[in-house]
Amino acid sequence: MLSKPDEHGKFGIFGGKFAPEVLMTTVEELEAAYITYTNDKGFRTELDSLLRTYAGRPTALYFAKNLSKMSGAKIYLKREDLVHGGAHKLNNTLGQCLLAKHMGKRRIIAETGAGQHGVATAMAAAVLGLECEVYMGTEDIERQKLNVFRMKLLGAKVNPVDSGSKTLKDAINESIRDWVTNVENTYYLIGSVVGMHPYPLMVREFQRVIGKETKVQILDAEGRLPDTIIACVGGGSNAMGIFYEFLSDDAVELIGVEAAGKGLETGEHGASICAGTEGVLHGMYSKLLQDEDGQIKQSYSFAPGLDYPGVGPELAHLAESGRVKMGSTTDEETLNAFKILSTKEGIIPALESAHAIHYAIEEAKKKAGEQKDHLIVVNLSGRGDKDIYTVAQVLGDRREAGYV
Amino acid sequence: MTLEEKFKELKERNEKAFIGFITAGHPSAEDTSEIALAMIKGGVDILELGLPFSDPIADGVTIQQASESSLRAGMNTDTYFDVAAGIKGVEKVCLTYYNLVLQRGLEQFVHDCESAGITGLIIPDLPVEESKPLLKACARHETDLVFIIAPTTTDKRMAKILELASGFVYVVSLLGVTGERARLSDAVRPLIGRIKELELARDRPQIPLAVGFGISTPEHVRAVCEVADGAIVGSAFIKMIEERSGPELEDRKAMLTEIEAFTKSLKRETKNTR
Repeated sequence: MLSKPDEHGKFGIFGGKFAPEVLMTTVEELEAAYITYTNDKGFRTELDSLLRTYAGRPTALYFAKNLSKMSGAKIYLKREDLVHGGAHKLNNTLGQCLLAKHMGKRRIIAETGAGQHGVATAMAAAVLGLECEVYMGTEDIERQKLNVFRMKLLGAKVNPVDSGSKTLKDAINESIRDWVTNVENTYYLIGSVVGMHPYPLMVREFQRVIGKETKVQILDAEGRLPDTIIACVGGGSNAMGIFYEFLSDDAVELIGVEAAGKGLETGEHGASICAGTEGVLHGMYSKLLQDEDGQIKQSYSFAPGLDYPGVGPELAHLAESGRVKMGSTTDEETLNAFKILSTKEGIIPALESAHAIHYAIEEAKKKAGEQKDHLIVVNLSGRGDKDIYTVAQVLGDRREAGYV
Repeated sequence: MTLEEKFKELKERNEKAFIGFITAGHPSAEDTSEIALAMIKGGVDILELGLPFSDPIADGVTIQQASESSLRAGMNTDTYFDVAAGIKGVEKVCLTYYNLVLQRGLEQFVHDCESAGITGLIIPDLPVEESKPLLKACARHETDLVFIIAPTTTDKRMAKILELASGFVYVVSLLGVTGERARLSDAVRPLIGRIKELELARDRPQIPLAVGFGISTPEHVRAVCEVADGAIVGSAFIKMIEERSGPELEDRKAMLTEIEAFTKSLKRETKNTR
């Protein structure tokens, strides 16, 4: 079962182009340019070369022996944390920056939550000689100081956003406003499989390399496809990236893990598919966190990359059709997995990816009784350096309260 | 009266339409009724009443902050229709974002507009491509769905928009979001020219064109009315309300007097234009 948007950019009922009229012509041009260049041999060669020699692809598929032993299944980690910059985000920003350059747009704007997409955009813009401005909520600037500094070092301008919830969704609003104003010379580089068509399609295609490599690597290592693939879901780019290549392999179970934050029942979470309803935000019809009237609610997760009240339309569609199973993991459970991976495997994962690690451990334990050598691949989408302050703070608060 | 009838009536008096925008519930629902009354006294022809959305991507900082403050003060869709129903003696148009329409249900939303005496809807994040379901609901309730044309709109898109447009067309004067600008955008004249040329090629009465975004002074209004059928002023009102709505009764009275006078000064410029 391959998932492709129709001519209106819809995956089933999800997706579409709910954009202000000012942007519609540009969005149409972008769609045309995307099709032209990604079918162009020169473009593909240039991108492949950048992915190989600059981003460090292919990334390893690592057999996590200790994690496997303690949980009872064979767990492999797709090491996107080893991509230059520390996360899968660069796969997409290199692709889109190259596209922008070919389209003759010299100015790149981007939104960022965790700062990972901002850093990846700043890197790609720097290497391709483009001007870069990144919008970031003031709340996120506060929790991700390291990435703010990295972006500045990479030559990007960081524009603080003080409106609304001061997080990712507001950074997207502000980016769209900038785009509307400077549409003629500016390329808006969206960091996830969200927004109006063609972004969800385009970002998935640029991230698809994760799944392509994984398929070859797991066949090489195990001689068979995995039973389960698990990835965390904020907007859904690392999940779509690893899932897509396996969509038509019906025996492979695909699981997306959303942020349950303080618990789904508290309302403080980022689980748009597990606990959201359908609506329109940022140009797409998808699953959202919203009130009865349709006002967008503030999402919550201590992993800023998952702190978004919406999700990519293709993933919403795949979840509704049942092809992708969805689960969620709380901050507390995630923190535990974060510690386990650090101490058992010597890998400090991004808090986002640690959601998937937790789910994988639980899934492994469940399957251990049913099947020998259950084979799980987890997309380890990023490394955790950026999160050490958050973790130190959570642990520090507990120490003061006597928990640690 | 339908919106097109309103434009026609004005034309017979040799006037263009003055359209004023305010955000419902800013600073409070009660204030909105009084502010609307002041604008009506000042001669506003069409009142564009904004139903605030949490994530207004087409609006600049002025309207965005007004939306946030209105929502914080408790504005919601039910209250909005109550407030709108209470405003009488002027043509009313609702401006909001698509998600709020969708969540109430398209049919219900348009029905509630009709009951509240709202004759048109402007949805900045609903391009023609996605508009079919709402157009159907609007047709059932004789409500106009007002489409937007921007300087970046190609002739091909423009033709599609003009085919479906009713009431009037909201011509966005510039590339950007709502908000005051020092001078009128140079894009207005050529854009209006392009639309009229396309309209001439079609075999039907011309649809009224109203220009908005960045229009804040009597000079802007006159310049716009020389080429179009109406001028839309929003952020300038919001700013005035924001600056003058103090806690004292005296402040509020002064604010309302000022709103009325400002409306008069803008409406004056729509008369006897070339």
